[in-house]
Amino acid sequence: MLGVVRRKLGFGLLSATRVLPAGSVLPKKYSTAAKEITVREALNTALDEEMSADPKVFLMGEEVGEYQGAYKISKGLLEKYGPDRVLDTPITEAGFTGIGVGAAYYGLRPVVEFMTFNFSMQAIDHIINSAAKSNYMSAGQISVPIVFRGPNGAAAGVGAQHSQCYAAWYAHVPGLKVLSPYSSEDARGLLKAAIRDPDPVVFLENELLYGESFPVSAEVLDSSFCLPIGKAKIEREGKHVTVTAFSKMVGYALQAAEILSKEGISAEVINLRSIRPLDRATINASVRKTNRLVTVEEGFPQHGVGAEICMSVMEESFEYLDAPVERIAGADVPMPYAANLERMAVPQVDDIVRAAKRACYRSVSMAAAA
Amino acid sequence: MAVLARSSSPSSLSKLLLRPHSFSSLRSFSSSAADDQRVLTIETSVPFTGHRIDPPSRAVDTTPAEILSFFRDMAVMRRMEIAADSLYKAKLIRGFCHLYDGQEAVAVGMEAAITKRDGIITSYRDHCTFLGRGGTLLEAFAELMGRRDGCAKGKGGSMHFYRKEASYYGGHGIVGAQIPLGCGVAFAQKYSKDGSVTFALYGDGAANQGQLFEALNMAALLDLPAILVCENNHYGMGTAEWRAAKSPAYYKRGDYVPGLKVDGMDVLAVKQACIFAKEYALANGPIILEMDTYRYHGHSMSDPGSTYRTRDEISGVRQERDPIERVRKLILSHELASASELKDIEKEVRKEVDDAVAQAKECPMPDPSELFSNVYVKGFGAETFGPDRKEVRSVLP
Repeated sequence: MLGVVRRKLGFGLLSATRVLPAGSVLPKKYSTAAKEITVREALNTALDEEMSADPKVFLMGEEVGEYQGAYKISKGLLEKYGPDRVLDTPITEAGFTGIGVGAAYYGLRPVVEFMTFNFSMQAIDHIINSAAKSNYMSAGQISVPIVFRGPNGAAAGVGAQHSQCYAAWYAHVPGLKVLSPYSSEDARGLLKAAIRDPDPVVFLENELLYGESFPVSAEVLDSSFCLPIGKAKIEREGKHVTVTAFSKMVGYALQAAEILSKEGISAEVINLRSIRPLDRATINASVRKTNRLVTVEEGFPQHGVGAEICMSVMEESFEYLDAPVERIAGADVPMPYAANLERMAVPQVDDIVRAAKRACYRSVSMAAAA
Repeated sequence: MAVLARSSSPSSLSKLLLRPHSFSSLRSFSSSAADDQRVLTIETSVPFTGHRIDPPSRAVDTTPAEILSFFRDMAVMRRMEIAADSLYKAKLIRGFCHLYDGQEAVAVGMEAAITKRDGIITSYRDHCTFLGRGGTLLEAFAELMGRRDGCAKGKGGSMHFYRKEASYYGGHGIVGAQIPLGCGVAFAQKYSKDGSVTFALYGDGAANQGQLFEALNMAALLDLPAILVCENNHYGMGTAEWRAAKSPAYYKRGDYVPGLKVDGMDVLAVKQACIFAKEYALANGPIILEMDTYRYHGHSMSDPGSTYRTRDEISGVRQERDPIERVRKLILSHELASASELKDIEKEVRKEVDDAVAQAKECPMPDPSELFSNVYVKGFGAETFGPDRKEVRSVLP
């Protein structure tokens, strides 16, 4: 199953003969993680700590202050830091995003919250033209240390205008960094990294993950904790097929891996964490080990994150592929409201299992199953 | 089950006198008031305030028949929203649900002033406006529960009710977007010379959106028959108007565009203002109406509505300004019907709503093939895919 020819990865990260995947699976010795926190708490504490550490950091958005946050992510922050640093804005994304970017031009470190990323479309000119491109256009004079954060992707029954995933859109743009956490550890580490980062970061959360709890070590809870940008995490090691995912889909991929393991297929699940820069090294190293790939995302399929991952693997690891790359994505339709249609429009665990089996040539053909 | 089985309301009084309204067969109040077309002139309790325009008279012409229909129509809307609250708590309605109870006078008064060729477009707080446009309770509840017989076949949901045949352009989820869209419908109406106007409804939260001013500027340049109606319920989600707007005098925010401030809890005032605005817009171009109104529920079903306003304020409005109670008092003081007759109407309305809910619950879910329908009008045979493209794929006709 392993490819015979081993090519240098060419990233300067690993020598060609290493079998271990590049990236972040380093055997750390954590103390037993007794504590669990929700993603919501993780984000709240990360914001709190970064605001405490740096007076230039401030938060702005709709209902972030007195209402305690539409999803309670900014709970308690107004009380702690006051209205100069926690600003309730009117419902005017284009205006307040422009104001946030302007503040970042001066050197402040705004965190701009979009109640959902669907509303960021009202402000997208500022995200792209005013924030992403400024450092380049000004030859380094005007950097934009801003974070745009908020829930992204589908929730439950919120309809076509409130369910889109913007990962592919923002990750398309040079000058932006795009992160998407899955677990509480991701949420804390990546948000802290985003706030400390000197470049504009689009931080894509997920409403349905806010209430989920994950175990966290003492290291994660420490205020100095930070995760590197541009590095994926191998959530589950495996041998037979690589499954990439981000945000909520990581949970689905892990469930799929559990199901697959009972059928003798060992899936390696990669939590991308960073959509841009994409950790091509980790992905490719994994595919070179497993020789098979399933990409999973919630967003629309055409020109999606999976399409880019597939191309990267084809470019870097073509000879290692033993099967075509499989792609699981949202259905190619605006999100319907009806529960049965919505279920059909969003990837399910079964879809990932099926695609992984196909990649392993283990599926039953549809004709035989009929 | 037609609720507002009324022929389109003409704006001129003479037509009111000549053509009696037709009512649903469930109506059974005994007094002749239901068909009484004699003109009553009633003064609004609050005068209109004009910005760059002389306001209309406070004396509103109406008829007993019309007043009784106002009572009934608002009662239906009220009950529908309360039923929706229960359905949401029972998890039969999912996602977002923004209720309009308290604001009924705006939807009902507006319909009394216009025809179904005049356009209406609004935000996500759209259920009652849909009923006003001739939508049925069944279509509303079925849509809320994501069923096949919903007004958008279950694919839109609470925020996306439509009724194109009655010039109702929806139900929009993005705050403020409906305003340029409404001006666009008005543009098309003028372009087609069809003599109608469009009402673009938005809230005090949306009133600060830049796109409002961009669209209004163009509407004014082009003299479009666009009427911008700010349903000012004083809170944009959890933010009070004075915290979001430097100038919460929304009827003045059009600057060079005239405006009128209206007691939005008084259905007769709303009717008068809309008649006035339609006449103005057809002759001169855009005008802004600010309806001073109130929502009893929070912003949505996820918002208790009491963290940013006091319960005293809410109950105070219910006591002093409730639109249905005001019409009840009017009916009783003018002896158009007895208190028990009004109670009977409310009982009928309740039953109508309950029956519609029961019927909607029995409606089937949309067929799976609907996943791929209506993506395009004309798909040219393009392929489309489900999440696993090798398992579910289709062709767009």
